[in-house]
Amino acid sequence: MKYIDEYRDGALAKKIAASIKAEADPGRDYALMEFCGGHTHAISRYGIEDLLPANVRMIHGPGCPVCVLPIGRVDNAIELARRPEVVLCTYGDLLRVPGSKRSSLLKVKAEGADVRMVYSAADSLKVAAEHPDKQVVFFAIGFETTTPPTALVLKQAKALNLCNFSVFCNHVLTPSAVRTILESPEVRELGTVPLDGFIGPAHVSTVIGSRPYEYFAEEYQKPVVIAGFEPLDVLQAILMLVRQLNEGRYEVENEFSRAVTPEGNRKAQAVVAEVFELRRLFEWRGLGMVPYSALRIKEPFAQWDAERRFDIQPLSVPDVKACECGAILRGLKKPADCRLFGKACTPESPMGSCMVSAEGACAAFWTYGRFRQYQQDKR
Amino acid sequence: MTLTRKGPAIDFTNGRVDMTHGGGGRAMAQLVEELFVAAFDNDMLRQRNDQASFTVEAGRMVMTTDGYVISPMFFPGGDIGSLAVHGTVNDVAMAGAVPIALSASFIIEEGLPLADLKRIVQSMAAASKEAGVPIVTGDTKVVEKGKGDGLFISTTGIGRVPVGLDISGDKARAGDAILVSGTMGDHGVAVMSQRESLGFETTLKSDSAALHRLVAEMVAAVPSIHCLRDPTRGGLAATLNEMATQSGVGMMIYEAKIPVRPEVHGACELLGLDPLYVANEGKLIAICPADQAEALLAVMRAHPLGADAAIIGEVIPDDHQFVQMETAFGGKRVVDWLAGEQLPRIC
Repeated sequence: MKYIDEYRDGALAKKIAASIKAEADPGRDYALMEFCGGHTHAISRYGIEDLLPANVRMIHGPGCPVCVLPIGRVDNAIELARRPEVVLCTYGDLLRVPGSKRSSLLKVKAEGADVRMVYSAADSLKVAAEHPDKQVVFFAIGFETTTPPTALVLKQAKALNLCNFSVFCNHVLTPSAVRTILESPEVRELGTVPLDGFIGPAHVSTVIGSRPYEYFAEEYQKPVVIAGFEPLDVLQAILMLVRQLNEGRYEVENEFSRAVTPEGNRKAQAVVAEVFELRRLFEWRGLGMVPYSALRIKEPFAQWDAERRFDIQPLSVPDVKACECGAILRGLKKPADCRLFGKACTPESPMGSCMVSAEGACAAFWTYGRFRQYQQDKR
Repeated sequence: MTLTRKGPAIDFTNGRVDMTHGGGGRAMAQLVEELFVAAFDNDMLRQRNDQASFTVEAGRMVMTTDGYVISPMFFPGGDIGSLAVHGTVNDVAMAGAVPIALSASFIIEEGLPLADLKRIVQSMAAASKEAGVPIVTGDTKVVEKGKGDGLFISTTGIGRVPVGLDISGDKARAGDAILVSGTMGDHGVAVMSQRESLGFETTLKSDSAALHRLVAEMVAAVPSIHCLRDPTRGGLAATLNEMATQSGVGMMIYEAKIPVRPEVHGACELLGLDPLYVANEGKLIAICPADQAEALLAVMRAHPLGADAAIIGEVIPDDHQFVQMETAFGGKRVVDWLAGEQLPRIC
């Protein structure tokens, strides 16, 4: 497949892997966090860890939108879906996310709620136009990549004066999450989690550009390499990070220059700014309450805000006790460290959010990498 | 001879199935007579009994049943009718058996256009004749509007296993070779392309086909085949996992050796799917002793339905029964069971 195969070339991968091996200093460790679930997925799916020397270790970050959505917001959506007048539209992954009491949108759908999987925000607008007698709610989640399409449907709904449509907004911001990780006591003070550098987001960066990361590189003295989601992108980014660390540099470098510019997509940024504003506080699964880390719908679009229309009250629901999703999302623990992993918690019956999405650290390890656990046991 | 006095002609152009077509009265008898019996026409059906009666040769028989609920009912390369024949013929053939006969049961939703029903039944009759496997008994029921999704078909098949064959999913042994008969994922992607909500077009056709003649040549050339299975729902990944679990072994496959059409790759890339999990309806997986693999491959490639056949991996000892894959990129990963489903109802 043209424009894809070039980025999955096994022979080229071997060359880059050989450079990483040759250049990585055997006297030190390299702990690199890929922020995005898309990178986590690529690393697991293509077996990239097999190509890395033992002292170059990947930490899977919190950049999976499904994984960081707190249980309270899932419960809110489940309550919404249970209302007889509501048709709830959302992206496929969200259907299986467990709320409290092991409920999920998929389960309330089986109980008779009208929950529909859509491929785009625009599809939910179509559903609203087709069902004027129903209240159609788009359950919107995601980082900066999925925010502009949600902004556009809100603008369209307003222009059409579509009164039976609203958005339950859960859009969150990447830079705030990165800052929270870097500010966490484990990383900043205790040094229990070594974190030497970041692979920066691919699609998110096409929207926000590379500039927002300059602050992190400077303030926290950590190198950032923005990389695409193809496996060669990831491998090349790892090599670039190893080089920066070897040379004592901490800069923002852009491996994904075919899609990311310093400024990002200004049109998308403008439409988001027109429709959304910062929330003062938003709960993240695994990271807790994070200030100014999420978006809400601005006053001129209040009529299409599901939170206002249905008077949705914030719920704070603790995670299942033994679930380690929080520590895993902060890079403190690995999936196999969790007592529930692969026993009570599997992709078929997830207890925690990291097991739900193919981008979640636990699901990726379970689905693609768990033979490694036994290889290690044997050693 | 006909069992009913002729009522008004059935309107196969503009008419729809209504509750009388399943009510046991004249309308039902007329529909059975003029549509099903006429299309499936064979000696056993013409006896017009509640059962088909036939003699069988001594030996080992196989029997299988399958329900077909595909949406949409018509797709490039086939429809629910041809699929209901091919799918069940293939399940019989995967024991190395020669299919003898099929039964068919139709659950029709009130309101289904009679033209659609006729088209499906005729396609089913054509598939059955082409395969040389008659539909010898059947049933129709009509359910109220809203209680079905147009049409569900169940078919049951029986077959006879030639002497000397012992093919079963639990017979894979470490060292065996794993073969596929052709490209993976064609059916699933062709069906998905017809779903209006997905909005993409492709020239791709479903691979829906009866594989029993290919199997006959394979077992004639290599009677020591250990396992045969068609990778339908859940695709190659699910089927390999089933056999690994049944046989208590692991498997190692090589991504670069698995045949996948570029257009299937492209569609999967767009939709976020993995071709290894996409359904096939005219492909099989064969597992045989390694020293027979090349001979088997040659026989498969000589048959039109096996032209793209390939050896894709081998059976390995593994207490955890993992199916692993060496990626084209050079790393390794597990090829797991599908969690949940990729998309609803594609076979």
